[in-house]
Amino acid sequence: MTFLQATDPAVLDWSRAQFALTACYHWLFVPLTLGLALVMAIMETIYYRTGDEFWKTTTQFWQKLFGINFAIGVATGIILEFEFGTNWSNYSWFVGDIFGAPLAIEGVFAFFMESTFIALMFFGWGKISKGFHLASTWLTGFGATLSAWWILVANSWMQHPTGMNFNPDTVRNEMMDFFAVAFQSFAVNKFLHTVSSAWLLGSTFVVAVSCWYLLRNRNIKMATQSIKVASLVGFISAIITAGTGDASGVDIANHQPMKLAVAEGLKDGECGACFTVVPGVKVPYALSLIAFKDPNCFVPGENDILYKGYTNHKGEEVIPATQKMEHGKKALAAFKEYREHRKTNPEKAAVARKTFEENKAYFGYGYIEKVEDLVPNRGLMFWSFRIMVGTGFALILVMALLWWFGRKGKLQHMRWLLHVGLWSLLLTYAAQQAGWIVAEVGRQPWAIQDLLPVSAAVSSLSVHNVQITFALFFIVFTALLIAELRIMFKAINKHEQE
Amino acid sequence: MITYELLQQYWWLLVSLLGALVVFLMFVQGANTQIFTLGRTEEERALIVNSTGRKWEFTFTTLVTFGGAFFASFPLFYSTSFGGAYWVWMLILFSFVLQAVSYEFQSKLGNLLGKNTYRWFLVLNGVLGPVLLGTAVGTFFHGANFVVNKDVMTDQIAPAISQWTTGWHGLEAVTNPWNVVLGLVVFFLSRVLGDLYMLNNIVDATLSPRIRRQVLTDSVAFLVLFLSFAGHLLTMDGWAVDANTGMVSMEAYKYLHNFLALPAVLVLFLVGVVLVLVGIARTVFSSTYVRGIWFAGIGAVLAVWSLLLIAGLNNTAYYPSLADAQSSLTLANSCSSEFTLTAMSVVSLAIPFVLAYIAYAWYSIDRKSLTKEELQENDHTY
Repeated sequence: MTFLQATDPAVLDWSRAQFALTACYHWLFVPLTLGLALVMAIMETIYYRTGDEFWKTTTQFWQKLFGINFAIGVATGIILEFEFGTNWSNYSWFVGDIFGAPLAIEGVFAFFMESTFIALMFFGWGKISKGFHLASTWLTGFGATLSAWWILVANSWMQHPTGMNFNPDTVRNEMMDFFAVAFQSFAVNKFLHTVSSAWLLGSTFVVAVSCWYLLRNRNIKMATQSIKVASLVGFISAIITAGTGDASGVDIANHQPMKLAVAEGLKDGECGACFTVVPGVKVPYALSLIAFKDPNCFVPGENDILYKGYTNHKGEEVIPATQKMEHGKKALAAFKEYREHRKTNPEKAAVARKTFEENKAYFGYGYIEKVEDLVPNRGLMFWSFRIMVGTGFALILVMALLWWFGRKGKLQHMRWLLHVGLWSLLLTYAAQQAGWIVAEVGRQPWAIQDLLPVSAAVSSLSVHNVQITFALFFIVFTALLIAELRIMFKAINKHEQE
Repeated sequence: MITYELLQQYWWLLVSLLGALVVFLMFVQGANTQIFTLGRTEEERALIVNSTGRKWEFTFTTLVTFGGAFFASFPLFYSTSFGGAYWVWMLILFSFVLQAVSYEFQSKLGNLLGKNTYRWFLVLNGVLGPVLLGTAVGTFFHGANFVVNKDVMTDQIAPAISQWTTGWHGLEAVTNPWNVVLGLVVFFLSRVLGDLYMLNNIVDATLSPRIRRQVLTDSVAFLVLFLSFAGHLLTMDGWAVDANTGMVSMEAYKYLHNFLALPAVLVLFLVGVVLVLVGIARTVFSSTYVRGIWFAGIGAVLAVWSLLLIAGLNNTAYYPSLADAQSSLTLANSCSSEFTLTAMSVVSLAIPFVLAYIAYAWYSIDRKSLTKEELQENDHTY
């Protein structure tokens, strides 16, 4: 009994929209969890070392805001894990052998650590020793960070699949090297970049709330002391974010040239390529330098990748996508023949298998209908990239100024800087969302780079099912976001420490 | 000698154990269904919410880990059931989403929807979570409506390998009353466990006796439903797999045969049932006994574990297809590669360490029972 049913393109669009919606909502809360965890753990450490009750009260205040945010982060997170199954069922089988492992490890090690120690952190004051409580606070943050590690390992594998082999008998990719999956440099850079940016966001949050108090002459001691801690953490984090962003750029240039070309609006490749700051403002040689650490290196553009082919920086010939698609179609046809004959005609199957193996590298391209489909949304990519990078650099300066004047004790009288500190929070959120848009939209049309396009990954559902769940998520998450913001604002407004 | 087959069975053991732990930990849901019936004053309701509020994350985390472990070890189940029985899983997830914010938000100023709405979300999750999960597990024994055809991936349009054959996407499971009975078994079990947990965790002169009376009511409903389901299970036909060919066919008294073929699992089942009964009986026949949760909790884990084990071990299709028997999922045709199962098995060796620190942390905050006085003293109350 066979049901052969083409995927309705609308199902694909709605499934993508739903994943994007839930992921964007989730990423509003997660970086604050990661960032605030670090800042409050540092503050509690100061309390532990000095015994000063002021730091205990301060830690508890930030912990309260952490709790409000944590709940909604957890609520939006559970959906993402299960959506791989509910909305991307082919994906779950096609790469589940590799992709499931980091998710399971995340659950066993990170989530349990997080949920165990967060309970001790919230309910343990006075019940457990000061040292054990401090350890619990650090371990809550460590658990959250460990969770980020494993999910970013999974995401990095989608950007740069490695350590696996396609098995035509089981019709899936199978893991061959656990360490190549779990510790590839793509994952290391992505983890450091993402987590340091989350620390930056947590710091900016503390800075923004504190600036708001200072602008209203309230909670002055708590606000100034909090800024001293958070702006330093934020400054260091912003530097790490910039450095690891640069390393991630090299990864992208090496493994996802189309993402780079579209983010830069590069139609035709150039040697000594310019970096476009904004349209019309270009820095000569900068793109080549960023991408390959060589100002004269060739950076391929869209047309090179799609139609012309090119020689990459290592001197290797890269065939154009049009040819990759031809190989992909051959691989797919041979795969079909192999499946038809593998049990009945071993000789024919062996020939088909050989052809398949020869073309296997481009197997995923067999599912691509038109070569133009290989180009992600240009405008969204170009501007998201600029928002991310521009804001990132601006925040280095903002954090440095806040730290410097905070140390000098002058902040209270510099209302312009307090306003900047306050509004920088919105900018940081914009940069966070833009960063993920660059990462995820930039990979399109692939669910897994060069291996499986989203059109071949989606579940078989009729479109109204996904439309209804999309609407439900939209309504529920938006209502919960509004509730969360109102609770946060009330909690901040009500707080009187001195 | 560690064979591929042994690894599959090891992972079925682990995934089943996680499933059993989820069922046990749903005492949180069972207790939450009674916020408005057992709790008659605001203080009493706050006691119930704060008592389960210190445990809900374990249930939630175990559920997520169960999902992750199932994905890693039996990915074809993940793609077939989650992608096909879409609405069952989505409804379960929605109820858990609402639960996750409800504790933290309910008593906070500016929470938009008001305290009672969030508490009703907890009740909703308390009902939907166990009933739907139980009904979904019912399809492990009674089958679901799907076909699996991996050859479709050879087509350029790449339709989904797993296709659901009804437009109800999982909700049609209720048309088999035994699925619903299992849903209700899990629901009443979660209430019994919830009652026993609250008795152990809360000390209150008016609430505690009321909870104790509730144990009897919930236990009667649970036992009637459970015994009828057990009777049905032991006499029903099941989907057997030929170990050599992989062909699936019906076998009379399949699950009874599985118990007899696996005496250790039968012992698990019987010990589990006896422990649940002991936990209930000692609580019902005493006016001071509060340790029933220990017996009933461990018993529930063992009994549910054994039921999940016989669903998949001894050459049984654990997710039978009603549309096409040969599409049924078995341990062998739905599992991850030998390499992945081996790698994950190495990782699983660290699980006892995780359990140890959970137990220690749990012990540290539960040394004292929850009282109204503590709710007033503690800074972090719901």
